[in-house]
Amino acid sequence: MNARVTIDAQFQTEAAQLRPTAPIVPNGTAASRALMGVIAVMTFVAALAIGAVHLVQGAAAQWRTDVGREITLEVRPTDGRNIEADVAKAMQIAGQSRGVASAQVYGKDEMAKLISPWLGTGVDPSNLPLPRLIVVRLDGSEANLAALRTALAKDVPTASLDEGSHWSAELSTAADTVLMAGTALLVLVLLATILSVTVATRGAVAANRPVVELLHAVGARDQFVAGEFQRHFLTLGAHGGLIGGGAAALLFAAAGLAAALLSGPAGGVLAGSIILDSRGYAGIFGVALTVIAVTALASRLTVRHTLKSIH
Amino acid sequence: MVRLEKVDLHYRGAAVLKDVSFSVAPGSFQFLTGPSGAGKTSLLRLLSLSLRPSRGLLALFGRDVSRLGSEEIAVLRRRIGMVFQDFRLLDHLTTYENVALPLRVMGREEPSYRAVVIELLRWVGLGDRMHVLPPELSDGEKQRAAIARAIMVRPELLLADGPTRNVDPSLAQRMLRLFVELHRSGTAVIIATNDIALMDQYDARRLVLSEGQLYLDE
Repeated sequence: MNARVTIDAQFQTEAAQLRPTAPIVPNGTAASRALMGVIAVMTFVAALAIGAVHLVQGAAAQWRTDVGREITLEVRPTDGRNIEADVAKAMQIAGQSRGVASAQVYGKDEMAKLISPWLGTGVDPSNLPLPRLIVVRLDGSEANLAALRTALAKDVPTASLDEGSHWSAELSTAADTVLMAGTALLVLVLLATILSVTVATRGAVAANRPVVELLHAVGARDQFVAGEFQRHFLTLGAHGGLIGGGAAALLFAAAGLAAALLSGPAGGVLAGSIILDSRGYAGIFGVALTVIAVTALASRLTVRHTLKSIH
Repeated sequence: MVRLEKVDLHYRGAAVLKDVSFSVAPGSFQFLTGPSGAGKTSLLRLLSLSLRPSRGLLALFGRDVSRLGSEEIAVLRRRIGMVFQDFRLLDHLTTYENVALPLRVMGREEPSYRAVVIELLRWVGLGDRMHVLPPELSDGEKQRAAIARAIMVRPELLLADGPTRNVDPSLAQRMLRLFVELHRSGTAVIIATNDIALMDQYDARRLVLSEGQLYLDE
């Protein structure tokens, strides 16, 4: 009886000393670490690309909005007409037009600043036959620019309206080009990620071929072997993807914070251009998930191929 | 249980086994012997379903293995225990985890087999080495762990490739007793060995391989 009690106690002690069962496919091997490194780096690069594309997209939309919210009236000096009266009339017409928030005429100092690159400083613009400029800001509601143009043609024939459509079109083209280039870069980075993760996964599976053979020898079904490897590579992919994606997200957060803190009075403009919004971070998360899914898929296909070659 | 008829095995273009025919009865005991390079390991790999015959019939447990798919092969392998010459223990798993591997691949949960694995480890003299990783084990201990893994699921056929190659004579004798005990409990045993002293200790049929051909010494 006492002997039985002793044996049971010994068994309890030995059983309690057992560690949690280790995974069949070894973690922490050189091939595993290399694969995780590749996944982390490629996720980081892909996340940077998607973050940059998102920032450019946001900036382009902002440019378009800014350009579309401002138009310029130009009143030309003409013999026989009082330009000051024409400017006042144009201001009045603009101020009464639908969708206009404000109209402001460029003063003497502002005109002097505008012509200084060509004529130098200290020139009095009132002595020159320069057109007068009126900046009209729209309030964002639907402005009737055709009616404004008609009214100006009737009452102030020396005035012309510049909607900035030329600049807007050029900016749109430039923004679209940058976006296309960014998207192409993102696609290339994702393709490179898929290829490198596939190659690295194949290498890691090949390095574990003795494990596959042993599992077969002790009666493991293909499904079991594939499941063990998929779990292993999914864990590696998740770690690598989260490390790479997390590093990119931290980098964007730190860059936005640094720009806001360090760039002085213009900080708002600079910071605004590199601060990623929640959709940008969601994009980075999406890239990390894509890379994890690619790793899982690549490992599944590779393990199946390896199992076929063993049979 | 095992039946080979006119089996040839070609490996990387070379004829490893030629026209081999023999059968193994359930619960029987035999030594497979012959000089190095005679084809002993290849014949055991055939019997453990790691290789397929290039020609001839190999039937295991009444099934022609050439007609079996991978799932059926996996099921048959569970009825066979294999002790490899190079042990094939996984270095990142403890002795306990290595020995329990056949149960784990069958989908058994760890608590359900804990007691039986610990009992088997004690039986082969590794009760105090169950937490140790294989690189810390001596060759003799590795050999015993490999044997324990092979007999974990109480196989109907046990194949052992040079099981006493790396151990001293007294341990070799102890291992032979272990195989005999297993044989007496109903398992058919085939031990591949060059150790004449070991074979002389137990009266059993000898399958002699020479240059890929088999001779029976009943």
